Amino acid sequence: MTPFRITTITATSAMGVGLDATRAALWARRGGLRPCDLPAMPEGVWFGRVAEAEAVALPEDLAAFACRNARLAELALCQDGFVAAIEAAKARHGAGRIAVVLGTSTSGIEETEQAWARRGANGALPAYDFARTHDLHALPRYLRARLGLDGPCISISTACTSGARSFLDAAALIEAGFADAAVVGGADTLCRLTLHGFGSLELLAHGPTRPCAEDRDGISIGEAAAFALIERAMPGDAGRIGLLGAGASSDGHHMSSPHPEGLGAVAAMRGALDSAGLAAADIDYVNMHGTGTRANDAMEDRAIARIFGDAVPCSSTKGWTGHTLGASGALEAAIAAICIEDGLIPGCLNVGRLDPAFTAGVVVTNRAARVDRVLSNSFGFGGSNCALVFGRLA
Amino acid sequence: MTPAVGIAGIGLLGPGLAGWAAARPVLAGLAPHEPAPLVPPVPALLPATERRRTGPSVRLALAVAAEAVQHSGLAPEDLDTVFASSNGEAQVIVSILEALHAPDGAISPTQFHNSVHNAAAGYWGIAAGSARSSVSLGGHDVVFATGLMQAVAQVVAWRAPVLFVTHDVPLPPPLTALRPGDASFAVALVLVPGGGAYGALRLGYSAQAATAEPPLPTGFDAIRAGNPAARALPLLVALATGRAMTLSLALPEAAALDIAVAP
Repeated sequence: MTPFRITTITATSAMGVGLDATRAALWARRGGLRPCDLPAMPEGVWFGRVAEAEAVALPEDLAAFACRNARLAELALCQDGFVAAIEAAKARHGAGRIAVVLGTSTSGIEETEQAWARRGANGALPAYDFARTHDLHALPRYLRARLGLDGPCISISTACTSGARSFLDAAALIEAGFADAAVVGGADTLCRLTLHGFGSLELLAHGPTRPCAEDRDGISIGEAAAFALIERAMPGDAGRIGLLGAGASSDGHHMSSPHPEGLGAVAAMRGALDSAGLAAADIDYVNMHGTGTRANDAMEDRAIARIFGDAVPCSSTKGWTGHTLGASGALEAAIAAICIEDGLIPGCLNVGRLDPAFTAGVVVTNRAARVDRVLSNSFGFGGSNCALVFGRLA
Repeated sequence: MTPAVGIAGIGLLGPGLAGWAAARPVLAGLAPHEPAPLVPPVPALLPATERRRTGPSVRLALAVAAEAVQHSGLAPEDLDTVFASSNGEAQVIVSILEALHAPDGAISPTQFHNSVHNAAAGYWGIAAGSARSSVSLGGHDVVFATGLMQAVAQVVAWRAPVLFVTHDVPLPPPLTALRPGDASFAVALVLVPGGGAYGALRLGYSAQAATAEPPLPTGFDAIRAGNPAARALPLLVALATGRAMTLSLALPEAAALDIAVAP
């Protein structure tokens, strides 16, 4: 694929509001997971809550979008000079040439959960703005209005690959000429459906998640919003960070269990390398999907080992943030950008003993090393797989 | 506008529109439209255990997808897919919300994995044995135009065929009071680079273009008003009549998708 410049990127999760806090937490190995203290959630689990977002007010003219997801999105887009970067992009391209392509798995469903608890005797819901909160299109519509953009508006919901897919699908929109640039990324917020849902599958960790650990016992759910502006790379962009390649596949196997040999994961990673015109040896770090479940991490280890052997360091950063679902691919794109800028390979957090059955190059302590290219994995229910390659533009 | 993208196959299910072959003369005004309740067919392509787990929205999607792919003559496992649905499988979401507010609060694990918006795509992948790229989109009232734009973008950018499916069933109570709907509707198009046996499209995006939905033959307005996927009807009428024309479909907030249709 044509390489794309990442003109600006920002991320907000339990490990930090904005990139500086995220960077500091990565270096200090300071995770953001805490015991779950929201009401009516599963007992005894930890989660990655962004409490700072809860008091955020939306601009008055956009108050109809108010919900947990929009508040977190608003907090995130106020960081790292993101709004100013979009203003500059509008001056370059025109507001009508900048698309908004965002992923979310549950959008503002938390608003419906609250309304459900206030149903009348006849079961009727109290009035609230379903279209601007619960609906999947609410998130891109909010950012589009908030940023004053007039380009194509796309909501992606492929479970836990949503945020990663936004980079790939926005790239297609730009390559086909529908836009010159795109705001991409995703936001997903804590809600009862998600926590109890993963609880029903017995996939929630007791205590903070421990991806790749021998004794890992599941996921910690987190919330996050992360956004980037991508546009075609120009000759003068050499050395800047960009999206170099992307690959996607389907398992065609089962709705919630990954293919045991990770065939879909292998296909997505190979596709990403091929589209970037790179060999496995060109990758300096693999940011794993690494949810902390027995099945995902074992499958992903096998898939990575098939392509990279143990030669390339890899890790999951979900020990810092929890699994932020439809935002995770976008959040981990921002983490990839930090790793490249700082020369950081973050080792998995909370791991006492690495699973001895693993054969990929999983690391559990931080390393300082030159990082020019990162491959980032996302996998989701429905057998959805997406791998992205970020790196310095040639 | 984009280069031409061909339509190699069409699948359709709507009230009184039972498959493209039967619906084409109705949409072209050559046969009477007799609206009949639509029962989403059981997806024969899926293994029995998976089949039982599918709801009406997924069943609709799989039925039109299978029809379109069959007409295209292409192998289902060779097609990238774009699924678009405003409401997804809402009956699953409603069941989970009910369960969350019941005294024991226990929800079904099968229902949870079926609650993802890409459930239809996931079941299609299992049914078709496909390892190809797949994306699932929302889009509220403009889900058809949004999905078509993304699907055509992929065909143009990646120069590979795409199976594009839009499917929606009305929200069940109590959500239906917040977002009314009264018919099920699904359409699938196999889109290929260049030309196709069922016509060709070129698309353009207009950032500022206040647009009314194009006129429809008598009787179809109510179907379109009752289901966001049925906003495909003006394009389907154009393809059925085989006349070259340009349509504009609304996009948020005041944008439009311009569609040049060639027979």
